[in-house]
Amino acid sequence: MTGLEHYLSIFTKAVFIENIVLAYFLGLCSFLAISKKIDASVGIGMAVIVVLTITAPINWVLWEFLLAKGALVWISEDFANTDLGFLKLIVFISVIAAMVQLVEMFMERFSQSLYNSLGIFLPLIAVNCSILGGSLFMVEREYTISETVVYGFGSGVGFFLAIVALASIRYRIRYSNIPPRLRGVGMAMLLTGLLSMAFMAFSGIDL
Amino acid sequence: MELFNSESKKIISDPINVNNPISLQVLGICSALAVTIRLDQAIIMTLAVIFVLCSSNVILSIIRNYIPNRVRIVIMLSVIASLVSVVDELLKAYLYDMSKQLSVFVGLIITNCIIMGRAEAFALKNGPSKAFLDGIGNGFGYGLIIIIVSFFRELFGAGTITLPDGGAGYVLWRIPESWYAAGYENIGLLVLSPGAFIILGLVIWVQREMAGVEEDA
Repeated sequence: MTGLEHYLSIFTKAVFIENIVLAYFLGLCSFLAISKKIDASVGIGMAVIVVLTITAPINWVLWEFLLAKGALVWISEDFANTDLGFLKLIVFISVIAAMVQLVEMFMERFSQSLYNSLGIFLPLIAVNCSILGGSLFMVEREYTISETVVYGFGSGVGFFLAIVALASIRYRIRYSNIPPRLRGVGMAMLLTGLLSMAFMAFSGIDL
Repeated sequence: MELFNSESKKIISDPINVNNPISLQVLGICSALAVTIRLDQAIIMTLAVIFVLCSSNVILSIIRNYIPNRVRIVIMLSVIASLVSVVDELLKAYLYDMSKQLSVFVGLIITNCIIMGRAEAFALKNGPSKAFLDGIGNGFGYGLIIIIVSFFRELFGAGTITLPDGGAGYVLWRIPESWYAAGYENIGLLVLSPGAFIILGLVIWVQREMAGVEEDA
């Protein structure tokens, strides 16, 4: 497979076929809590795209040059057998928390309007499983740096698409006659199930 | 003894029933779905979550008076991340097959909102012994739901019931060949992700009917 086509395939896979919410169940907490409102969903969707696209490559660099087995050989040959892989979780989550803080400060300084619309969602994102999940999948699938960027961006777009779709459906059924104890989360789960089934239709596509 | 008065009982029983972390507090759903393909995965995951939840609650509750409010999230995350790393390494050492199957979802216990949520809502305001009981209660409340979901998904989706053992799992019961011969079919959809969402939606509905709680939306 040649260059562009390969990246396009990773991208479509991350957005549609292996959608991070609908196929891997990541980021469901904020997905369910925020999809009550459409504009809030657009906000958190954008924030997830930004943070995932930034953190996945940073974590890739740390993994490749610091944590993986034999990653430290660029310092000295003696470290060829050093495996710091067990620090993976702590390092990744700190990078994510720090990056979220940085993105927030950066936005506040340079784009007040963007900060006003996304600001409140950023702290929530630090504990959104889709961000950490993106980094962990990137390690497990042994992506290269450019594949990681494409994958991070694609996963973010997938989250955006899923949350906006669910928010729109929930908006449409606001006045429907649902059994009282199925209302809210129960109904949202059933709808997500249907959405996920719809997304499965993409699984035949192979670029 | 202080541990067994009615208040402590309430701390343990509430999360299992009227304040269930998954169906009522809506916390920790991500991992709840991913590990429910097989019963044995759900059981191991429940044990891991109970361990992390109890220890993080106790540790954070002990140091709660020394944590500056502004940096509490980072401190909570680092305590939780260390505990999860311990669980991850233990699983790799003693239950290697299981840790391969659970793959990234053990790591994702860090971002499991139950743990952060209980730390923030309970452990930072109460003493260690109460925080421990809260951890037990919420851990079992979580386990109850995911074990029910995984039981149905495995039984009707794959036609088996698997219990955890040292290796790839011990098959307790399997739908006999004669049923298949008589025209019984597994519901393949349940093994895939849509099945998980739909079963969990229905379980939440049933659980809320039983607990008699409804959401004001």
